[in-house]
Order: sequence, then C-alpha cells, then structure tokens
Amino acid sequence: MYVYDEHDRQLAAERVAQFRDQTERALAGELAEDEFLPLRLQNGLYIQRLAPMLRICVPYGMLRSNQLRRLARITRDYDKGYAHFTTRQNVQLNWPALEDVPDILAELAEVEMHANQTSGNCIRNTTTDQFSGVQADEITDPRPYCEIIRQWSTFHPEFAFLPRKFKVAVNASEHTDRAAIQVHDIGLQMVRNEAGELGFRVHVGGGLGRTPMVGPVIRQFLPELDLLTYLEAVLRVYNRYGRRDNKFKARIKILVKALTPEGFAEKVEAEWQHIKDSPTRLTREAIERTQSYFTEPDYAALDNATDLLATQRFEHRGFDQWLTHNVDSHKKPGYAIVNLTLKKTGTPPGDVTDQQLEQIADLADEYSFGEIRVTHHQNVVLADVRQDQLLELWHAITPMGFATANLNTLTDVICCPGGDFCALANAKSIPVAEAIQRKFDNLDYLYDLGNIDLNISGCMNACGHHHVGNIGVLGVDKKGDEFYQISLGGSSHHDASIGKILGPSFARDEMPEVISKIIDVYVDKRTEEETFLDTYRRVGIDPFKERVYA
Amino acid sequence: MPKVISPDGSIRQDNWVVVPRPAEGESLDIPADQPALIPADLWLAGHEHFTGRADIGVWFDSHDEPEILDGRVNELPVIAVNFPKFSDGRGYSIGRLLRERFGYVNELRAIGDVLLDQLQFMKRCGFDAYVLRPDKDITKAQKCLNFFSQGYQAATDTDIPLFRRRAS
Repeated sequence: MYVYDEHDRQLAAERVAQFRDQTERALAGELAEDEFLPLRLQNGLYIQRLAPMLRICVPYGMLRSNQLRRLARITRDYDKGYAHFTTRQNVQLNWPALEDVPDILAELAEVEMHANQTSGNCIRNTTTDQFSGVQADEITDPRPYCEIIRQWSTFHPEFAFLPRKFKVAVNASEHTDRAAIQVHDIGLQMVRNEAGELGFRVHVGGGLGRTPMVGPVIRQFLPELDLLTYLEAVLRVYNRYGRRDNKFKARIKILVKALTPEGFAEKVEAEWQHIKDSPTRLTREAIERTQSYFTEPDYAALDNATDLLATQRFEHRGFDQWLTHNVDSHKKPGYAIVNLTLKKTGTPPGDVTDQQLEQIADLADEYSFGEIRVTHHQNVVLADVRQDQLLELWHAITPMGFATANLNTLTDVICCPGGDFCALANAKSIPVAEAIQRKFDNLDYLYDLGNIDLNISGCMNACGHHHVGNIGVLGVDKKGDEFYQISLGGSSHHDASIGKILGPSFARDEMPEVISKIIDVYVDKRTEEETFLDTYRRVGIDPFKERVYA
Repeated sequence: MPKVISPDGSIRQDNWVVVPRPAEGESLDIPADQPALIPADLWLAGHEHFTGRADIGVWFDSHDEPEILDGRVNELPVIAVNFPKFSDGRGYSIGRLLRERFGYVNELRAIGDVLLDQLQFMKRCGFDAYVLRPDKDITKAQKCLNFFSQGYQAATDTDIPLFRRRAS
C-alpha cells in the first residue's frame, strides 16, 4: 500500500492549514456561502438535510488497520459513532460539526488520510477493482496507476473548477469489471497490445445521473507512459468546451455526445500532440517507484487447503454457504479473498459502527496483513486470508454481522443514504432496501436465483447506481409523495448497459411485491444456467411489464 | 485605479482600464490618457493601429479562444483573462495555453471575479498579476498565494512534476 513520503506529508499538512483558514474566514463572514461552497466541497464537506456530511477519501478503496482505528475514534469523538461506506469506495460521516472539520482533517492527516476532492467540480477519487493485486486474471496491478492519477489530480491548478464533477476508474481484469469503468467520465481498461506492451483502452463519456450513458472508446491503446499527458488533454478539452450554462448538461458525456466520440477523440488527439512529450510524460522510474509500494505481502509458501475446507464445509452448513458465496479465489495457493458483507437486514447498506470499524481493523491485522479494501458495492474485503484460517475467521465475523452470505445476490443491495440523510434525495431508499431484504430472507432461494444486482437510488443523481442494476430502483417525487420507478437490464460490468424503465412508478409499500413479481417472471422464463440478466436480455421487458402491471 | 497583486503578494497600483466589448453598432471607446485592455479579437482586427503601443493590451473572456493570437502574443504588453465567475475554470486553461503553447512572456493578468482562494491556482497557471475583487481583503493575498509549497503536477510555474523531482 502507498506510504507518504515527506512531500505527501507536507502537502497534506498544508491542506489542513488551508482549510482551517478557509473555515475561519467562512465562519467570520469573510467568505460568502457561495464562495465557501466549492472550497468546502473540495474538502468533502456537504451541508446536508440534518447536519453537515463529511466524505473522507479512500484512494482506490484501500485502508490500513491504523486508519480504520482512527476512523473509529473520529466517529466517536466528532460524530454519532458510525460511518458509511459509499459506492465511490469512500467513507462518510453524517453528523460532524462544521467548526470541527479542520480538526478532523488534522486527525486524518496523521494517518495519511484526507478528504481532498471527494466532492465538488473537480477530479474525484479514482476507483478500481477491490480485488486488485490478488486475482489471477489481471493484466497488471492497477493500483500504482491509480496512485499516479491520484497525485496528478490532487490540487491540479487547471482542473479545480471544471464544469462538473469528474470521475475516473481503472480496471485491469481481463474477464470482469468490478470498477464499473464504462459508466465513469473516464474509464481506463488496462490492456496489452500485440507487441505485449502495457497500456490502456480509454473510454470517455460514460456516467449515470439524469442522462445515463455507457462511455464509448476514444482510444484503443494508450501506452502506459502517456497516461497523464493524455488525461491532461482530455481534461483540457472538457474544461474549455464542456457546457457551463446548464449543470444538467455539463458532464463530459454531453460534450462527447455533441461532438460524437470520433469528433471528441480528434480534439483530444490534437491537444495531446502538443503535450505528449512534455515533462508530464511518465517515466519508467516513476511507475516502478510507485509499484514498489504495492508489492506482495509476506505470503507463506502454502498449498491449497482443499481437503481441509471440504471437511469443514461438511461439518458446518453455514460455513459452506459463506465459502461458496462470500469467498473468492486468490492468485496465491493456500490463500483466499474474503468479502465481509455490510448487508445484514436491518442495517443500512454500507453502515458500520465505531466498534465494527475496530473489529475490522483487528481482523485485518489478524488475518490479512493489516489491510482492507472498500468495494463499490459497499462491502469490505480482506484480500489475503489463509485458507486454513477461514473457518476461524467465519466464526469470528458471524456475531459481528459481517458473514451474511448473500454477496452478489438480490439482497446484496447497493443503496444510497437517500431521504433519511441526503438533502438531494426525493425519496427514502434505506427502508426500501430493508423491506426487500425482509421479503427475500431465504438464503437457499436467493442462491437459486443466482447473481442479481439490485441497485437503489433516492434521486436522479444515481449515487445508488440504479441505472446499471439488473434491477434498478429510483425514488421519485410526485407532488410531495415518494414513489419508486423500476428499471430492468442494467449492468456495470464488461457488458455494461443502461436499464430500461419498466413503466409507472409504485408506492413504497408495494415495492417488495413488485420485486417479487419480477423475480417470478425470471424463474418462469429462465433456462438452466441463465442469470437474471441473460433471461431479461433474451425475453425483453414485456413479460415483466405484463406480470407487474397485470 | 486597480490595485494589482504580484505573485510574491506585493501590491502596486496601476491605471490599466478594461474596455468592455462595444455594443452592436458602437465603436471601441479607448480612453485617451490611460492604458487600456481591449477585447482580443478587436485588437487583432485592427492590430496595424495598435502594434508597438505600450498602452494597449487585450483581454479574453473565459469562452474566448486564445488561439486567435497565436504568433502575435508578444506584441502585447499585457494580456488579461476575465473570470466572469470564480467557479468558471476556463481561464486557467487559457493561461497555460498562452504561456506554454504560445510562449507569451509579458504580463498575464487575472481580472473579474478574482477571489483569494483561487490565487495560487492562477499563479500556477501562469498569471503574474491579479486584480482582486474589491470587497476582498487584499492583505491576505500573500498567504493565499502560498498555501502550498509545491505541486504534484507540472504547470506553468514548474515543468518538473513531483514524480521527476522524487527521482532526482
């Protein structure tokens, strides 16, 4: 994992001092509310429905145990004793006091954390696959490239006041995309060209929100050393020509669409020609230096514990289910990737208490080299667990509430904080998630249904990624009442697609039954081996419509 | 008369006036006794009248394209870029293009909705004169120009990004 050097430490300290000064001027009335707004947003600070909300950055989703312990302490000392893991792999506090935020930032800086650019019209936290570095099918570890992008984008003087927020995601797996890169402003797929050289396929102009789009490819192969100069060219074209007259049309996807992907790509190439050989061009040395922070932990030389696990599975049915659903294979023999689910019914998806944060820190130290990853599905990953310790770990996490063996099933819901917390929301989302989780409480039935992404957003801003849910739920406001619109057929993976709206919206108490009917259609129509998405793509939306609105 | 901040935070006064774009059918109203900044495209259209005049500079608005002055920028003693709203970031790109691509060496001035917390970004993007919005506390400019001792990226102030400095 990346470790700050004296430059990073100095910049972090200067940032804290800057924000302290800005907060003091804001509280003294020297900064008008609209002048302070972008400054506080670039420090992750929202003024929310009930209180301020602070979004703390977790670069590409990685945390160390000491950072988790500090987060736990911060939630106790400055908040209400819990935090929320978000779909951008970040952490949110829902109740900090404005005047405490500089102190919170100072506490974070002590453990090499910050809240830089977690909001505002600037380049946000770069995200990636939570299994980076530990899976067998990745082209290379994407995290060093994410760190390189993090540094380049941090306090970038030219791109701090873009037309709108800007999100970059990197994926290096050949067969899956857990980073949803095609629905980002820039999606970078790591590839090797025919000569075996490493580079990126560049998608630009994907995104959710009001006008959801899958990002087209604007460059099939970008050599790795050209990463930053090319990003700079894309951002400069966007900064200059992105629309600023209407915030709903200000995302880069609208510009790409207006110019056509080809036209946009030409503009970027023309810009890039001027700067591609500038000193911003990466060096082999810079990449290797960054890679040196992401070396393998001190793995033991092990064999796969196949027989042991088979015996343990036989003895413990719950362990068997958990192993099947929440544990993934690891590139190293004798190790496994463990997903701690934060989707226990009755707890808002992604919420963790201060105690749970400390428990996760202890688990990381005990079982996974002191590191964890946050997933964009709002779960937590211990990436390096010995197979012969899995049963012990399962026993440990079951009472903590992290062993709900529903990963990737219907009840592993992505859900934004919604109207319970967020000032933007039109409707509550957490109670909808909970009602659906209660309706589908039979694990065997969930396993029979297979992988289904159910994503819930409380408003058009789509923090819950409803457009790319196989089943998407969007909270809408109708004359002051909360209703919910369903879409079907979305995907955020390699086969990315935007869901199609089923029809008129429903009242909240109808939602579990509506989801149930949709599932019934799938069960009726599926062939063996078909996932929900496969069946939907084969039969289309009409059978679902007929059943739901019958 | 504008108070102008320099990159080191020192304050001076000068009397450059920004001449607004004339309305349709009107002509440019250049003051007789003061140096003036005129819209860049109008300067270009009549540049034979202005070349060599130390009292005529130009200004760009945030949506203007500085490309129109490619090859001519150093005929101008001052170029100003207007920030119509502090949150309109196009001026930063204009600054870098003027400095890095078109090789502009004379004064580059930030005008308009220029606030304290944007000064260091402006400095890094090549601006070396700042006309702060008058209601802001100019004595705080020096501090705000120097919140950060260095940057991660190359920009107009340094062409050596931190990753290259770390290597040396």
